[in-house]
Amino acid sequence: MATNSGFREATGDLRLESVTKAFGDFRAVDDLDLVVPRGSFFALLGPSGCGKTTTLRMVAGLEQPTSGRILIGDTDLTGSRPYERPVNTVFQSYALFPHLTIRDNVAFGPKRRGQKDAMERAEETLRLVEVDHLAARKPAQLSGGQQQRVALARALVNRPEVLLLDEPLGALDLKLRRQLQVELKRIQTEVGLTFIHVTHDQEEAMTMADTVAVMNHGRIEQMGAPADLYDLPRTTFVANFVGRSNLGTGRVVDRDGDHLVAEIQGTKVKVPLARAGVTDGEVTFGVRPEKVRVLRQPPETGGDDVKGIVLDVSFTGVATEYLVRLPSGAVWSCYEQNLDVDPIDLHRGDDVWISWNPAHAFTVPVDEAAAKAAAEATA
Amino acid sequence: MSALAHVGGTSGTTGAGPAGDAPPQERAGRRWLPYLLLLPGGLWLLVFFVVPLLQLFTVSIQSQFPGYPGYYYRDVNFSNYLRALTDFAPQFGRSLLFAALATFFAFALAYPLAYAMAFKAGRWRNIMLIAVIAPFFTSFILRTVAWRQILADDGPVASTLNALHLLPGGRITETAAAVVAGLTYNFLPFMVLPIYASLERADARVIEAGGDLYANGFTTFRTVTLPMSMPGVIAGTLLTFIPAAGDYVNAELLGSDGDKMVGNVIDSQFFRVLGGFPTAAALSFTLMALILAMVFVYIRRFGTEELL
Ligand SMILES: Nc1ncnc2c1ncn2[C@@H]1O[C@H](COP(=O)(O)OP(=O)(O)OP(=O)(O)O)[C@@H](O)[C@H]1O
Ligand SMILES: [Mg+2]
Repeated sequence: MATNSGFREATGDLRLESVTKAFGDFRAVDDLDLVVPRGSFFALLGPSGCGKTTTLRMVAGLEQPTSGRILIGDTDLTGSRPYERPVNTVFQSYALFPHLTIRDNVAFGPKRRGQKDAMERAEETLRLVEVDHLAARKPAQLSGGQQQRVALARALVNRPEVLLLDEPLGALDLKLRRQLQVELKRIQTEVGLTFIHVTHDQEEAMTMADTVAVMNHGRIEQMGAPADLYDLPRTTFVANFVGRSNLGTGRVVDRDGDHLVAEIQGTKVKVPLARAGVTDGEVTFGVRPEKVRVLRQPPETGGDDVKGIVLDVSFTGVATEYLVRLPSGAVWSCYEQNLDVDPIDLHRGDDVWISWNPAHAFTVPVDEAAAKAAAEATA
Repeated sequence: MSALAHVGGTSGTTGAGPAGDAPPQERAGRRWLPYLLLLPGGLWLLVFFVVPLLQLFTVSIQSQFPGYPGYYYRDVNFSNYLRALTDFAPQFGRSLLFAALATFFAFALAYPLAYAMAFKAGRWRNIMLIAVIAPFFTSFILRTVAWRQILADDGPVASTLNALHLLPGGRITETAAAVVAGLTYNFLPFMVLPIYASLERADARVIEAGGDLYANGFTTFRTVTLPMSMPGVIAGTLLTFIPAAGDYVNAELLGSDGDKMVGNVIDSQFFRVLGGFPTAAALSFTLMALILAMVFVYIRRFGTEELL
């Protein structure tokens, strides 16, 4: 078997430099800049149709960008063919070779690269993903979870510089998905390759990745460590897509030391300047539901507060969610952990006060479209 | 055992169906259903295939009344088979050779066409499909007669080639090449359609996976696309080879006396030679057995899933 001469040995971080992919007038990926550090577990998170698969396909070479460059280390891969790139893909639909046994599926890559020990490598990788006992079968004789493992093995066996995973767990049930998430993370730590994991499940992205990039309409909205993304969203879209947020729109009216003061639907709220994405004019103000307290009496000190009535109470085990309607008409969601022996005994129609520590508040630019989309999604 | 190993381990039992748990009445109903569904087709085959076949077989071992040409009596006389094989061996050879050549050429023409239709044609795909099927709207014999005129000595093709001195024999019709060309033309759609269907069904992502796993365009074709289309190739070659081997129209209309195939012999023994009935029947049976044997070997060799 001849090794292909065009193969590019490249090592280093993966970089996308203002990459755009247009299909006709439509920009599936729009001026994307991205650096994925070598050896990291990177999650690309976004809703359906936001351009995740298109981005991966450009990195794999299955699609060429309309403009921009794709590099690994200092090697420019733009324009090269898929088989010339040190990149492998775990396809959204697995795409196993139906006519080959599992063993031959996994040995396919090593064989094409002329490796003499292709079969041993295949066996070894099948053991790593714990499906070595199925090596003699055909893909059609495997369950979805098993096929997923084989698809992973078929890519992993090549020890690519970058491994692309396109919603690899999307077709599996929740329990199996959780198992495989742990498994995938273990394997990534073990082999130390750069993983780019595409998903539209924010929980999956948060639990697995070192860095999460939130994508929307072909652009990266925000990128960072999962905890940072959650703690301080920078856009309305991220505030709603990564976890949930109580949001209200108003305007900045004052400064108070290192806080800014905004008036949101008649209530004055404070936000630490360090957490204010917008410090002037129109703002969207937000607090995460679990940061909001529900009180039976008006709070004595500190915080911003609003009086409202309980609209709904739902018990979820570890926490209880209260929906509270404020005088402005806004409905806020508050999670109270069920820590106390005597739970706060609240019912529909009860008068309550909500309160939060301003240290947890944030402001983001006003984005009607994203707010509307989120409202429709939860309605 | 870890939870994950358990997920892998359960698969061993997936083959077992739920049939054992079904209530008895339902099971009885279910058991008859397949036979009921087979009944109309089975009857059809019995009346129009099995009975005539047995009839043909009894004819093939009859003997002739000495001195009364055209009259036979019931017998178990296998010398008809011997005669069929010895007297008409060249025609048998030609049938198989011409059919094999036609199958080969049809494959060579059909695969690129089917490939283009499945992957490259875009919005032209349906028009190409119609173009492939359209010849079926006219009769097989008419089309072959048309070819005879196109290829005739004073027709456009032969006269052009002759003018350019490119035709060594001076003519196209009445040659073996014309017969093979006619067979190739007539059975081409039977090759194109199954190959097209299997290529069209192939998951584009699977073919892309070949490229992703370091196979260049040609290697991907050889190791992924072609094997995935093998069911179509096998169906297409069988659908071409079998009728081509038994065909007599092309040899009759496009070939010379020296290009006759078994089909022509059977035809003339049945309809033109007095006392030829048992020979014709024996020829038919021998041809059928030959084709069956070849198809069997072929499917055993290529029809299994272990293609590579
Ligand atoms: N070949 C194509 N031609 C035209 N439009 C395309 C093509 N491929 C993708 N698109 C469009 O580009 C957008 C992004 O598609 P993409 O497949 O990247 O989405 P995605 O983020 O992977 O979504 P999902 O989560 O549903 O898989 C979609 O609106 C899609 O319709
Ligand atoms: Mg996708």
